[in-house]
Amino acid sequence: MPAISRDEVAHLAALARLDVTDAELDLFAGQLDVILTSVARVGQVASGDIPPTSHAVPLTNVFRPDVVRPGLRREQALAGAPAVEQGRFRVPRILGDE
Amino acid sequence: MIRRSAAELARRIHARDVSAVEVTQAHLERIAAVDGAVHAFLHVDAEAALTTARVVDDALDAGAAPASPLAGVPVAVKDVLTTADMPTTCGSRILSGWRPPYDATVVRRLRAAGLVILGKTNMDEFAMGSSTENSAFGPTHNPWDLSRVPGGSGGGSSASLAAFEVPLAVGTDTGGSIRQPGAVTGTVGVKPTYGGVSRYGLVAFSSSLDQAGPCARTVLDAALLHEVIAGWDSLDSTSINAPVPPVVAAARAGAAGDLRGVRVGVVAELGGEGYQPGVLRAFSAAVDTLRGLGAEVVEVSCPSFGYALPAYYLIAPSECSSNLARFDGMRYGLRVGDDGVASAEQVMAATREAGFGAEVKRRIMIGTYALSSGYYDAYYGQAQKVRTLIARDFDAAFERADVLVSPTTPTTAFRIGERVDDPMAMYLADRCTIPANLAGNAALSVPCGTSDEDGLPAGLQVMSPALADDRGYRVAAAFEAAQDAPTIDRVPELETVG
Amino acid sequence: MNERTIELLDYAEVVERFDPVLGLEVHVELSTATKMFCGCGNIFGAPPNTLVCPTCLGLPGSLPVLNAAAVESVIRIGLALDCSIASWCRFARKNYFYPDMPKNFQTSQYDEPIAVDGHLDVLLADGSAFRVGIERAHMEEDTGKSLHMGGRTGRIHGADYSLLDYNRAGVPLIEIVTKPVVGAGARAPEIARAYVSALRDLLRALAVSDVRMDQGSLRCDANVSLMPRGSSRFGTRTETKNVNSLRSVERAVCYEMCRQAAVLAAGGVVVQETRHFDETTSTTSPGRRKETAEDYRYFPEPDLVPIAPTPERVEELRATLPELPRQRRARVAAEWQLSDTELRDLVNAGALDLVASTVDAGAPPDAARSWWVNYLAQEANTREVELADLPITPAQVARVVALVSGGALTHTLARQVVDGVLAGEGEPDEVVASRGLAVVSDASALAAAVDEALAAQPDVAEKIRGGKVAAAGAIVGAVMRATRGQADAQRVRELVLARCAP
Repeated sequence: MPAISRDEVAHLAALARLDVTDAELDLFAGQLDVILTSVARVGQVASGDIPPTSHAVPLTNVFRPDVVRPGLRREQALAGAPAVEQGRFRVPRILGDE
Repeated sequence: MIRRSAAELARRIHARDVSAVEVTQAHLERIAAVDGAVHAFLHVDAEAALTTARVVDDALDAGAAPASPLAGVPVAVKDVLTTADMPTTCGSRILSGWRPPYDATVVRRLRAAGLVILGKTNMDEFAMGSSTENSAFGPTHNPWDLSRVPGGSGGGSSASLAAFEVPLAVGTDTGGSIRQPGAVTGTVGVKPTYGGVSRYGLVAFSSSLDQAGPCARTVLDAALLHEVIAGWDSLDSTSINAPVPPVVAAARAGAAGDLRGVRVGVVAELGGEGYQPGVLRAFSAAVDTLRGLGAEVVEVSCPSFGYALPAYYLIAPSECSSNLARFDGMRYGLRVGDDGVASAEQVMAATREAGFGAEVKRRIMIGTYALSSGYYDAYYGQAQKVRTLIARDFDAAFERADVLVSPTTPTTAFRIGERVDDPMAMYLADRCTIPANLAGNAALSVPCGTSDEDGLPAGLQVMSPALADDRGYRVAAAFEAAQDAPTIDRVPELETVG
Repeated sequence: MNERTIELLDYAEVVERFDPVLGLEVHVELSTATKMFCGCGNIFGAPPNTLVCPTCLGLPGSLPVLNAAAVESVIRIGLALDCSIASWCRFARKNYFYPDMPKNFQTSQYDEPIAVDGHLDVLLADGSAFRVGIERAHMEEDTGKSLHMGGRTGRIHGADYSLLDYNRAGVPLIEIVTKPVVGAGARAPEIARAYVSALRDLLRALAVSDVRMDQGSLRCDANVSLMPRGSSRFGTRTETKNVNSLRSVERAVCYEMCRQAAVLAAGGVVVQETRHFDETTSTTSPGRRKETAEDYRYFPEPDLVPIAPTPERVEELRATLPELPRQRRARVAAEWQLSDTELRDLVNAGALDLVASTVDAGAPPDAARSWWVNYLAQEANTREVELADLPITPAQVARVVALVSGGALTHTLARQVVDGVLAGEGEPDEVVASRGLAVVSDASALAAAVDEALAAQPDVAEKIRGGKVAAAGAIVGAVMRATRGQADAQRVRELVLARCAP
């Protein structure tokens, strides 16, 4: 049984904002299936009371003092922008809301 | 001149036997002569390099002490570290031409130490790959055999060393991207302890695994560069606020060739089936050499290492799917499809589709999948538990041994194009290097001769506990000193142009 | 969409047939000097993209470092809300694409909030209290601001393109989420409003935020659902965003109750969705439906290490808590000997802190209370601003009170001085000087004025001398007129009687 279908790959591509082509969908569906089937082996490890590791080094409480540091000048901030207007980043129309 | 070590170049520059400008010029000429064939560099800034070299010379001429033991020595920087005066592309079309407004901490430290940055080296796109074939700007060729890959993702840095284009380079290692190219190009590559070198300005692939480190042709050179770039940085929350391990002293001590009292653990799980026989033979010979230097060799077992590869290929893609979300064509880099009608959402998807290569897309989708509700526990969550088990294996092994050793890679350099259509085969190249990234401890690769069936270099991996990077340097330096001749001396002459 | 055709149910009928369940999510921008994860200034209203750095712009290679002051603030907020403080918690990444979010993920404490399980007691208009449970308070970061260009003015729908300013991106945000509020019944809208108001007072007392709803430093999302009276199974909820004033909180909850009741009464089902509140019509409308279901793919933020406040540190922070509003209410009611009604009026006028500060500045409680609850409250009402936003400070009011009790001002004059301060004419003493409002206390000048008035009305003077003390009023009035009200009437009266003594 495949780990992942072509439709699921299309859904993932949409979630990840990748406008993949039909040809890519076919290719990726096959490859992702192989990869995901292989990595699913992590499930074979008995894991009952094993705590997950999210960080390689066991540090805690790393803070910075609430002191202003110089940032970028506006020209620097906008220098790499594809489009700029009124000192702001110009972007295509935004659908919806958050 | 170009074949000399960084330590020697530094000594001669500081003694004013040679100027930093002359050294820089020699390396720039070498790049001009061979990089057309090797393609280690994505960007070379001769003018800026010569200007820096001149500043170093002027200071030394005026009687100032060198800014660091490496002041005046050329260095190359993997194109994944931000540089305020040069483009930073990460080998990706999506960042083609992007000039960051800031220097990575590592780059800032190179400059402060008076190193001369020659340029930015080629890499697999966003450091995803084991061959440098995933660069949007074309593959890098292995100086040992131009039809073969130089490893990856940092193939550019290692190839530039093996081609004598530069004596030092900075790489980054997420699953082996410094060590594996080092092994297959006959050079030294070091992944420091996670948190040992600042990640600020390192364009993230997998934040909990990425670590910058030194690449060089000798262990001492790597140690010298290590001490320049390492140390706590307030801009990186995961940076360790502790003294840098004394790696230069360890490299110098190791060169005396005495490993008595050092327990070397051979990891049973990193060898056997799937490994190239010649590589295994080179590894066995290396273990014999260590024993001959007085080390006590023990076999250790790390049973969870067998799950390191699948755990890595869940954790790294998961983090990358999030880290690479910012490349959307809104604020910097490529923008595709903005015709005045398309929505921001559509332009993002078109930009990412056009700007990312196939391997990056694959990993983004795997990561998106592994983090999705309903799959998280079975994939990402489970991979994080494996990570805990691997760290426990290391802890247990380091009870019995001071360092652990293994081949760095299962095979020597493979041919360009050989694995591009088979992602799983490509992923196997990292099977020995990944455990150290998952656990966060230190590991390096030192050349251990060539494989007898193809004459290509193999690497010896030496792994140390976290914050005990110096142990690996000591063992590697001793091993290096015990070789009849450096492996790199066997690299064939490259045809030069111009 | 048949939104427009819905006939709302009458409120009385709504609460007769349904029990509302509320869930309030309040976002508070902290007033720290810098942002949550970088050293950029946290300032409202700066020119666009001038408070940015690689980190808050999400530039490749940048990394976050947590602001110590933000952690202290959220712990203090948690303690003030009687929450437990987690001994270990992390940040997570909430992944979704949106142009106002530079990294396309929000760094937020998803399933490991630093403060959990508290409550806030809310005072209602009838003087009763209602306890609102607090589910959690957690840290996250604010987004940038977009300006929608072209199309209909400034609205996102129909805009041609947008302009982004990331000054606000990365500003420290605390999200405070209530437990489901049940049993509110008909008072649900009032409770929602009173909760936000009480929370605002609490945050103001903690001095952790500007809590300016008009500037967005305090924002409320209201979750509303209905269940049939007597049922305990929650209905489908809607989340109304963009509720930017106390009045709107009340109206949004009320509207959603009536709307949902109408849908349910007509046999329909409430759709779980995000809705937007329209300030002008006091109605809500549905947000855009997403083609793909949201899946935020949360995972622990690898770039930030866990936060592990020690019990000692938590106690240190508890010791820094100021007197909280409810403690303050209890204390002043006792100290000032207020009745329940007086206390309620004081709280409802939003005058408690102002009066207390005025008392702290030296005024007697009664006088201070009288100024704020009467004269100034009326003035605020006329100007349609919050009492606290009047351009007069408690210290200035205290000074006016002192001038009156010292005899330098009459009550009439004092009102003129307050008017002057409100008109921006300066400190009370400056207004007194510039308007020439000081009481005439120069004895000889006053005596001369009295003599002049007696001379001008010899018949009245005669009556007084004849023992008709009541006639003195006419002379006092004349003197007051002559001194343009700047004399102390009592003093004048005494003088008149003394001059006319037999």
